[in-house]
Amino acid sequence: MGTYTLAKALNEGLRAAMDADPKVLIMGEDVGKLGGVFRVTDGLQKDFGEDRVIDTPLAESGIIGTAIGLAMRGYRPICEIQFDGFVYPAFDQIVSQLAKMHYRSKGTVSLPVTVRIPFGGGIGAVEHHSESPEAYFSHTAGLKVVACSNPADAFHMIQQSVASDDPVIFLEPKRRYWEKAEFDPTATPDPLHQARVVRTGSDLTIAAYGPMVKVALDAATAAEDDGRQLEVIDLRSLSPLDSDTVVQSVRRTGRLVVVHEAPVTLGLGSELAARVTEQAFYSLEAPVLRVGGFDTPYPPSRLEEDFLPDLDRVLDAVDRSMAF
Amino acid sequence: MTVDIGVPAEPEPSGGPDLVQLLTPEGQRREHPDYPLDITAEQIRGLYRDLVLVRRIDVEATALQRQGELGIWASLLGQEAAQIGSGRALRPNDMAFPSYREHGVAWCRGVQPGELLSLYRGNDFGGWNPRDRMMSLYSIVIGAHALHATGYAMGMQRDGGEDAVIAYFGDGASSQGDVNEAFVWASVFNAPVVFFCQNNQWAISEPIEKQSRIPLFQRARGFGFPGVRVDGNDVLGCLAVTRAALDAARTGQGPTFIEAWTYRMGAHTTSDDPTRYRLATELEIWRLRDPIERVKAYLSRSGEADAAFFDAIEAEATELAAQVRRACVEMADPEPLEIFAEVYAEPTPHLQAQRDGFAAYLDSFEEVRH
Repeated sequence: MGTYTLAKALNEGLRAAMDADPKVLIMGEDVGKLGGVFRVTDGLQKDFGEDRVIDTPLAESGIIGTAIGLAMRGYRPICEIQFDGFVYPAFDQIVSQLAKMHYRSKGTVSLPVTVRIPFGGGIGAVEHHSESPEAYFSHTAGLKVVACSNPADAFHMIQQSVASDDPVIFLEPKRRYWEKAEFDPTATPDPLHQARVVRTGSDLTIAAYGPMVKVALDAATAAEDDGRQLEVIDLRSLSPLDSDTVVQSVRRTGRLVVVHEAPVTLGLGSELAARVTEQAFYSLEAPVLRVGGFDTPYPPSRLEEDFLPDLDRVLDAVDRSMAF
Repeated sequence: MTVDIGVPAEPEPSGGPDLVQLLTPEGQRREHPDYPLDITAEQIRGLYRDLVLVRRIDVEATALQRQGELGIWASLLGQEAAQIGSGRALRPNDMAFPSYREHGVAWCRGVQPGELLSLYRGNDFGGWNPRDRMMSLYSIVIGAHALHATGYAMGMQRDGGEDAVIAYFGDGASSQGDVNEAFVWASVFNAPVVFFCQNNQWAISEPIEKQSRIPLFQRARGFGFPGVRVDGNDVLGCLAVTRAALDAARTGQGPTFIEAWTYRMGAHTTSDDPTRYRLATELEIWRLRDPIERVKAYLSRSGEADAAFFDAIEAEATELAAQVRRACVEMADPEPLEIFAEVYAEPTPHLQAQRDGFAAYLDSFEEVRH
């Protein structure tokens, strides 16, 4: 057992991945001497050398594009995109190249590339540093998309992502980087693309991922004071989306609230609502409700507390669902 | 009102004083101090054969498109020497990253006619295994593969050995961000990659003046590696210049940019109509620089090939055209469920369920079909 921040757990996970396979590389802006702006790669260049922990020029398309070439040559690059809002210059390389190469080549070329993206808001940052781009990537066939919410998952899921023969978009909840938890690094992890029930309850299901899992759990604790037992599911994998776990839960609770920071329109909540409606229609006691960001650009940081779903907005949705 | 952007310099139609040329349009051998070429008559006959055969593949494919057997075709007419010269400079373990017009390079890498045409027929996105041919699949997004080539070269660098990469793209791609980022990466990491730019003067309807105000090869210097302009219709020049660049890459001297000065004699693709944007007189100038005629003139004049040789190559070309046609028309259509194949290396239950649902839907029509 050990106690780690989420950032340190990622760091240890990356170290383990690099120890396990000499073909694993890390590349990105400031990942070397500095250890990344969030220190997630701290000390790795010192221990694994500049050929395996590569400080790259400042061009995101170049980072992903050269990682694709390295992967074609048999390497397993882990790319760090410094902030969510900086991933868009690499969008073509991710969507048109990384995602499609296996299909295009009829399976003869695999691209085991992991793209780490610190995502979401809540840290008082300037524009382009607080975004939630997961829906773009979850909409793209050929990619896998996961989001960790806690140190234990961060440690295991990053290693599972690196070991995957498919490209994985790995979303890190940047506002949770410094939150600590105790876990056992030697424990056997759950499968990467499986959701997890993190709190059981019988009255209503909340599905969340990444930074919103803590908000959902806090809401469940608060709702208990009102005599409501909320079940909380950490989705963990956004593509493929483990909707079976959610459907099974809704069959028991009859109610679902989905929470994410991303704008609600065509977000993960939309897909989940559609699937639950298709598969558990007669179990539903109320419409599926979504709590998320508004359909606006991410606002200036002095407004982000109003923009981001918090405990009260989640409880408000719970009230509306229960009252339906 | 039209904004005054000044007058771009007219491109020098002959390629200018820096043009490396080892075989003139009239078929005269020339020496170049930086690019000595040790080549036998037999090897030159081999290059002639390559040139004639790939042109014949191209002619046949164009006909197949006109007859509805191919959805579209991107002709390499006029660019045979650039592709054969550079393609024959490659060693078996070198890796090529083509754009979508590199049928001559594909020929050099052993790609079979059917493997080449399946993309343009709409059966798949390229029929060859990139690992077997050491050539990646055709890249449709302009310039995106220049980065893949550079990353691949960085991998070779880490593996050790003396292998090198070549990336093919055109004058239009030289404006792409990905190509410029590839130049930065290749330079900074000293990657063993050769950037082979076929400047065929036209990016669909846009002339080279819309891409650059300086000769493209001069840009390389700004990125920190050498640039050279070679007569792209001179197969010997292309062979020598590419070989030298690959050798530099192999021996740790980093990237080279080669601008092959050539001309797209045909349309951009079979969907294009170049009479809307360029003059026939331009075509006439370039017809006199034909890449095949000059080799034939050289071989005839020097007595290294006789009529029997040229006749034999013609006969071989005719047979190859028939093969190309057969490979195309006999290609079976893909099955509907192939839509779902190989989306992932590790398949997902969700997609499997979608596939099963579609299979059941298709099966529901069985009675109607019978």
